[in-house]
Amino acid sequence: MGAAQSIKEYNNLPAICGRVCPQENQCEKYCVIGKKGDPVAIGRLERFAADYAMEHDSSKPERVPSNGKKVAVVGAGPAGLTCAGDLRKMGYDVTVFEALHVPGGVLMYGIPEFRLPKAVVQKEIDTLRDLGVEIKVNSVIGKIDNVNELLEQGYDAVFIGTGAGLPYFLNIPGENYNGVYSANEFLTRVNLMKGYLFPEYATPVKVGRRVAVCGAGNVAMDAARTALRLGAEEVYIVYRRSQAEIPARHEELEHALEEGVQLKLLTSPVEVLGDENGWVRGIKCLRYELGEPDESGRRRPIPIEGSEFVMEVDTVVMAIGQGPNPLVPSTTKGLETTKWGNIVADEETGQTSLEGVFAGGDIVTGAATVILAMGAGKKAAQAIDAYLKRKQNN
Amino acid sequence: MYQIVRKEVFSPTIKLMDIKAPDVARKVQAGQFIILRIDEHGERIPLTVADFDREKGIITIIFQEVGYSTIALGKLEAGQYLLDFVGPLGEATQVENFGKVVCVGGGVGIAPVYPIARALKEAGNEVISIIGARTKELLFWEEEMKAISDRLFVATDDGSYGRKGFVTDILKEVIAEGNVARVWGIGPVVMMRAVSEVTRPSGIKTIVSMNPIMVDGTGMCGACRISVGNETKFACVDGPEFDGHLVDWDLALRRSIMYKDEEKRAMAKGQCGGGCGCH
Ligand SMILES: Cc1cc2nc3c(=O)[nH]c(=O)nc-3n(C[C@H](O)[C@H](O)[C@H](O)COP(=O)(O)OP(=O)(O)OC[C@H]3O[C@@H](n4cnc5c(N)ncnc54)[C@H](O)[C@@H]3O)c2cc1C
Ligand code: FES
Repeated sequence: MGAAQSIKEYNNLPAICGRVCPQENQCEKYCVIGKKGDPVAIGRLERFAADYAMEHDSSKPERVPSNGKKVAVVGAGPAGLTCAGDLRKMGYDVTVFEALHVPGGVLMYGIPEFRLPKAVVQKEIDTLRDLGVEIKVNSVIGKIDNVNELLEQGYDAVFIGTGAGLPYFLNIPGENYNGVYSANEFLTRVNLMKGYLFPEYATPVKVGRRVAVCGAGNVAMDAARTALRLGAEEVYIVYRRSQAEIPARHEELEHALEEGVQLKLLTSPVEVLGDENGWVRGIKCLRYELGEPDESGRRRPIPIEGSEFVMEVDTVVMAIGQGPNPLVPSTTKGLETTKWGNIVADEETGQTSLEGVFAGGDIVTGAATVILAMGAGKKAAQAIDAYLKRKQNN
Repeated sequence: MYQIVRKEVFSPTIKLMDIKAPDVARKVQAGQFIILRIDEHGERIPLTVADFDREKGIITIIFQEVGYSTIALGKLEAGQYLLDFVGPLGEATQVENFGKVVCVGGGVGIAPVYPIARALKEAGNEVISIIGARTKELLFWEEEMKAISDRLFVATDDGSYGRKGFVTDILKEVIAEGNVARVWGIGPVVMMRAVSEVTRPSGIKTIVSMNPIMVDGTGMCGACRISVGNETKFACVDGPEFDGHLVDWDLALRRSIMYKDEEKRAMAKGQCGGGCGCH
């Protein structure tokens, strides 16, 4: 219990971090014991301490009295929720606006139940509510009020943590055939809408016998493992580089392989083929070989001429990345963005080009990790506190 | 929670509900839509806004019971609550003084056409409206449409009310009178396609309101993809209104029946009528 308390002093969402963070690249990489063998399994310990506390600790956190200042947080993903929790603990009145019908962001709609039980996320969110954070779901900022209006209406500062929710497609012919999903749609139908319980839950999700998942990041692994659980017989990860370049966490790839996901490496689709009813019947692919390293340091995949072949599949999931949703940037006057549409914000403070407006998480960095989003939310909370104190003293 | 403050039954399958949703009512404009969820087990149902009252904080929706979820919605009564109600979503109708415009509403599409026609009228247009349905029982809001139109035509497929025939028959005649600057056509996909085909030869710009399968309605999933002028668009954020002459109608039709089998399964499950505790 004491362990959980210590973790909570600096981490608002430990039960989540213990499950989804790439500890092998973070704490465990720097673990001194790891020099002589396996590092301490910090992630698992964190998860245990937090879960134990959740089960055995029914005490509610103490509610800090209000200091009379109001902060609006846009987006209830890990960045927004962390920022909200920290600010509330400092005494600010915090209102979180979330577009979907539940808070949590990717933790609720993207990451599957088998990896991160939704009850765990719900518990962490309940704790924030107990602290006094107000969470307004079904509130799309830019459609109800925009960020400028929030400031005019009396919020002293705004934090934007709207994530990288815009799914990319390959822009190849046939991509709109029935049976082609973005990973976001596929995972949202399953996780957020509980499509795996259809028809008890009314949102259907359709998975065929042979599924191709295009891409090889964590999102692709989640989609592939989900497809297997929904009853697909064969699930392929289609990736244009080799196994060494796979961007997913090693642990995620291992799980996927153990469960029977198959790799189609050095392969990339050039066309989705459909049947006479408009359903996917296969993907036409090209084989690749690896050439010289590119700017990213990874060897550049080069298509092999004349290597076209057809993979027979009846479901395709595009998991090739997500960009920033333009809803908030495009409706906020004076907010600077990069040419990819990400919000420009100071790395240390989250300060944007607009006074009183801060941003962090995937909307700034592009699709990254839960811990980075939480870190950004934390730093922004500090910066917002400093900004508002400065303003008061002037 | 969002209260149903009034319910009106137009026919056994077409119903109106006034929903208390002040945040949505404050900002909504003609052409936008909302997404609602009945309860924890419900799917997210997109519906184009039929009317709104900013002062009272009310959004009016009109829906036809076509599947499991809309049938469940139709069973709710005034005083009950919807779990989720989000909006306004999508882009608003581009309203200007174009001159002479025609607003065509087919079936339950009469509902979304109403606020558009009203906004066009307020902007100074000469508004000619054409509403139609399969049969008299499925028609509604004739008086409302008349009040905001310079001229109103009514058609039923079976001739049980108004002119016998399709809305497109009347549209052809109105266009022949000349000077039509723009046409709005809202209703079932086949009807919107027919309207677009009628206006195509004359090149009169024709706006349709697409209602593909959606999940989030905020641009996050791509379930609502349609093809417009050979470009993929997300109807929920890029639309729902598009140039009917550029829409790939075959694709829109195909994608709309993606979950036909699942819909049947859900319906089969719902056949006990609910309230039985079996689901
Ligand atoms: C399938 C999947 C698996 C992943 N697995 C891992 C993993 O194992 N480990 C890891 O560290 N990272 C993982 N990630 C990445 C990680 O989830 C993200 O980096 C992280 O969630 C980003 O947090 P965020 O708060 O910036 O944004 P998000 O979690 O995307 O949250 C943004 C929230 O803002 C809301 N929003 C958007 N626009 C508006 C608006 N206009 N008004 C109101 N609300 C709005 C959204 O609905 C959403 O709830 C995964 C991502 C995906 C998609
Ligand atoms: S409904 Fe999900 S992107 Fe349009």
